[in-house]
Amino acid sequence: MNKIKSLDDLRKMKQNLSSELSIREKSNNPDKMVQIRVAMATCGIAAGARTVMNTFLEKIEKDGVPAIVTQGGCMGYCYAEPTVEVKIPGKDPVVFGYVDSKIALDIIDKYILKGELIDGILPVNYQTIQEKI
Amino acid sequence: MNDLAMHILDIVQNSISAGAKWIEISVIENLVRDILNIIIKDNGKGMSAETVQKVTDPYFTSRTTRKVGLGIPLLKQSAIQSGGDISIESEVGKGTTIRANFVHSNIDRPPLGDLANAYVLLMSANPELNIVLNYSYNDNNYSISTEEIKEVLDDVPLNNPSIVKMLNEMVSSNISETQYLVNN
Repeated sequence: MNKIKSLDDLRKMKQNLSSELSIREKSNNPDKMVQIRVAMATCGIAAGARTVMNTFLEKIEKDGVPAIVTQGGCMGYCYAEPTVEVKIPGKDPVVFGYVDSKIALDIIDKYILKGELIDGILPVNYQTIQEKI
Repeated sequence: MNDLAMHILDIVQNSISAGAKWIEISVIENLVRDILNIIIKDNGKGMSAETVQKVTDPYFTSRTTRKVGLGIPLLKQSAIQSGGDISIESEVGKGTTIRANFVHSNIDRPPLGDLANAYVLLMSANPELNIVLNYSYNDNNYSISTEEIKEVLDDVPLNNPSIVKMLNEMVSSNISETQYLVNN
């Protein structure tokens, strides 16, 4: 891959990429994608959430995992940062605590791709705030 | 916080929570004047003068999940320990500007860190916002914005992991070039 330096380079690369992208990815329908939300408040960033987010992005890029990575705020589990919320379509969201790069890879390999539960899930009865109201 | 890029990542979350649609991150390094300034400007909902006074208090936060808010106090601590300070200007309904000044050569000044990565992460996680980055090193400038990138990307989403990787590469090589031009 050539080095990308200007917006023109980006345009060229995008044209190559565009043909490879499936229609599903282009429409980016969040309901059908696995959503990975990395908590990125002060507590999360200080605990290393940025490294975790980069690891997720690299892994998803490398293996073509149907997932999108977004940032979230603090959910009050500051003691367990970095925390990551994973929402697989049709399933309840799950929050993992004390995530580092190694656990991030495990979350993708085991939980997202194979459906196996792994250690480190925070409260079992986790609900999103919207559901509580 | 290990570096200034992490502070930026953190402070910009405040702008996002304030409902900003446009956020401008400016990082000014000037070795002649021995300064490193970070300015984050947004068009969010702003704060009253009374709130502005309170935000540097670690026990003040607008959130409800916990009782402390350390983003701004930690930034202030980093700035003060490196011979600088922070200032906040805000107007309700208009937006907020936060400035952090550092003495560039101060031994306690945290390193800038990976600014390109911080910017690209913010942009890809919030594709609906227009986030602008201005970086200047002595008199060399580099600017980029979500809007410009979106125009190029067209129908390809900004949070596509391959795009994120490319953007990271693009912004980081431009930032290092801005520094290289001065140093060589």
